[in-house]
Amino acid sequence: MGRRRIFGRSAAALAGLVLLAGCSAGGQAHGERTVTVLAAASLTESFDELAGRFSAENPGVRVNFDYAGSSTLAEQLAQGRRADLFASADEKNMAKVTGSGVAAGPPQTFATNKLAIVVPEGNPDHVGSLADLAAPGRVVVQCAPQVPCGSAARTAEQAAGVPLRPASEENDVKAVLRKVTAGEADAGLVYVTDARAAAGQVDEVDFPQADRAINDYPVVALKDAPEPEAAAKFLAYVRGPVGREVLARHGFGTP
Amino acid sequence: MTGRRAPAVRPPRALWVPAVLALALIVLPVLGLLGRIDPVRLPGLLTGPAALDALGLSVRTSLLATLLSLLLGGPLAVVLARARWRGLRVVRAVVLLPLVLPPVVGGLALLYLLGRTGPVGGVLDLVGLRLPYTTAAVVLAQTFVAMPFLVVGLEGALRSADDRYEQVAATLGAGPWRTFRRVTVPLLLPALGSGVVLTFARALGEFGATITFAGSLQGVTRTLPLAVYTTAQSDVDAAVAMSLLLIALALLVIGLAGTKAVEGRG
Repeated sequence: MGRRRIFGRSAAALAGLVLLAGCSAGGQAHGERTVTVLAAASLTESFDELAGRFSAENPGVRVNFDYAGSSTLAEQLAQGRRADLFASADEKNMAKVTGSGVAAGPPQTFATNKLAIVVPEGNPDHVGSLADLAAPGRVVVQCAPQVPCGSAARTAEQAAGVPLRPASEENDVKAVLRKVTAGEADAGLVYVTDARAAAGQVDEVDFPQADRAINDYPVVALKDAPEPEAAAKFLAYVRGPVGREVLARHGFGTP
Repeated sequence: MTGRRAPAVRPPRALWVPAVLALALIVLPVLGLLGRIDPVRLPGLLTGPAALDALGLSVRTSLLATLLSLLLGGPLAVVLARARWRGLRVVRAVVLLPLVLPPVVGGLALLYLLGRTGPVGGVLDLVGLRLPYTTAAVVLAQTFVAMPFLVVGLEGALRSADDRYEQVAATLGAGPWRTFRRVTVPLLLPALGSGVVLTFARALGEFGATITFAGSLQGVTRTLPLAVYTTAQSDVDAAVAMSLLLIALALLVIGLAGTKAVEGRG
């Protein structure tokens, strides 16, 4: 086979790819405003719903999200990432952002969250308390102590006097949930909101010590924001009656 | 190889600009990482139990994954290069899949096959054998992701050497096994060095498939890349220190193997 032919074919394939890439890079409609929100992953379902309703009430304003671990987002902001709002799943990472001087004002707590046990649907092991998770042979997955859901889990375990020996310590709460929905764990410690989001795949078991480790969710407007007015409007919407109703329905508590 | 000294071949000048840019793209981010190091905390961070456990685990699992790749991937490369079936092109493409798949997807695939609800994992579970959350799962995930590097490297070397020497050996009366040992393996040796180093390096850096399939627990499944990521959630300085360990380890391996092996000249 001629080398030249192979080269020609590769070049043609590359050219096709470049064309494809060019077509898919769509432009933004004129006159449309886009608010960029960096938000903790646990806010995905409620913020998506809120953004949909907000855009319906405010035509021409779109809300774009980047959901990730609060600490990842806080580090990106400290390194100069531009955005309009930052919603954190704990106060520690919010302090990182306000401490690096990129917040436009003081943060405001808009929701709270607490832990719940999730078990496979139907609760085959009849888990009823945190102590049940310490039974020998039970595969339990929780968050690593370095992330908010992990430090909350540790606090709750200490309050219950039940030190758990997890099979794995995940980096985010959705990874814990995934292990349980995939059937690879007998139980996991996640937030109530994550348990609600996966209702139908997992059962939620509440336990009293969860009240000892409540997470506050603060939100803040950022300096140098591309769309400060529209962002302030969305912030007020989240903290207003609609926001409270949607957040409560997804399992968040009111501060 | 050459009897007399050939005149030095200089690359065209125009290549220098993109070449320097390419090098900068690799070196500058690493320098940026080094710039974040906190020299006061560094010794303590490097010798902490979290870092040392992760380092030991990474070395052990990556070595095992490389060995497994060699034992299974080596024969696969020979078969792919020398066998003559119709479906071989398809098999070659399949071997490349782990290079294209996001490692997290690879981890999910392993989990769906070998997890306790998977077809194979379910059977293993019946005899009391569970792979997820074990060190063996880490080795499997690393092998899945890293083995194609070895297979592709060895197969390429064999195919470019064509099978003339093997044919000669066969006409001289050597059986297939003897031909393999005395002719094919020596042909493979030059490519083996670079293949092994690449495979080890890829196994060492493996992250997505490991965390998805094996989970993350200090001393059991939390290799250095996983430890870096977990630590970065709360302490970026400590994570940077651990990344230094990874970089040092990679340089050490390349140094030990000799740059000649990496260049593919044995």
